[in-house]
Amino acid sequence: MREPHSRTYPDERAGPFPAPPATYTDPEGRQIELVAVDQHERPEETDITDLPLEALTEMYVQFDPADRAQGIPPSNESRIRNWLGPLLENGINVIAAHDGVAIGHATLVPDTDDPSSLESYDDVEWELAIFVLQEYQRGGIGTQLLEHLLGHACHLGVDHVWLTVERWNGPAIALYERVGFELCGAESFEQEMAIRLS
Amino acid sequence: MHVLLGLEGSDESVKTLETTLERAEEAGDELVIGVVEKPEAARSTDEVVDLATTALEDAGIEADIHVLEGDPGSELVSLAEAEDVDQLVIGGGTRSPMGKVRLGPVTEFVLLNATMTVKLVR
Repeated sequence: MREPHSRTYPDERAGPFPAPPATYTDPEGRQIELVAVDQHERPEETDITDLPLEALTEMYVQFDPADRAQGIPPSNESRIRNWLGPLLENGINVIAAHDGVAIGHATLVPDTDDPSSLESYDDVEWELAIFVLQEYQRGGIGTQLLEHLLGHACHLGVDHVWLTVERWNGPAIALYERVGFELCGAESFEQEMAIRLS
Repeated sequence: MHVLLGLEGSDESVKTLETTLERAEEAGDELVIGVVEKPEAARSTDEVVDLATTALEDAGIEADIHVLEGDPGSELVSLAEAEDVDQLVIGGGTRSPMGKVRLGPVTEFVLLNATMTVKLVR
């Protein structure tokens, strides 16, 4: 198990961030619903939050293989389910949906070997990732997912969040920096970034 | 085929050792092993040498084991060139809690600087 807070975090805390549920209209006029799907907050009125594994599996099987990064998401349905299971069980998740169908997903996973032993959300560092289906990209949905996930996590008491991004993915790094992430960690193919929530 | 297997003290390296020995048994590869230091790894260099020695005996394969001091990536590439191997084999990266593959600086150095084929074991 990692030492708590083993990375270098910014001195200043970022935020506040908006919390789900929320509605966002993308540049093409599509109404995008942003909903949290954790056991902590499970609005009854949305099908997606009742069956997040099904909704997200359906989304990820359509994911363009060219948009995969660092080996995720996996490439076939059974691998997708095996990958999503622990993310939904132990993680903090926000889904973006259009017409009741999942088209984006942002997730935080605790950096611990034993998630069941977690007593409080600020005990560990959380790893973040965001995925948006190709036909919904470049319309600000990724930023909306990112901000609402951080807002949701902040309410739950999460303090330290980190991620890795491919070093050559300038647009993604710029997006994370706009929200308050700072570069940290060793340079290799992946760049680590970190943020502290207020 | 003449193969240099690069190992350090992580679980990833243990798997790479097993996979490479299996392949060597099947294909009759000629092996040489280079052990480099990774301070944050679970096993020390000595433990890796013991592990590799036992695994080689079990597999009935003979191979020289070199303990490499200094910069791990450049030492591995130098040994591979000195031994004139056809392939340099190393671990294929760790996984983050999210499941993202992480390739460290040693892997990056080897991939960019090796003059022979490099194999990453997953």
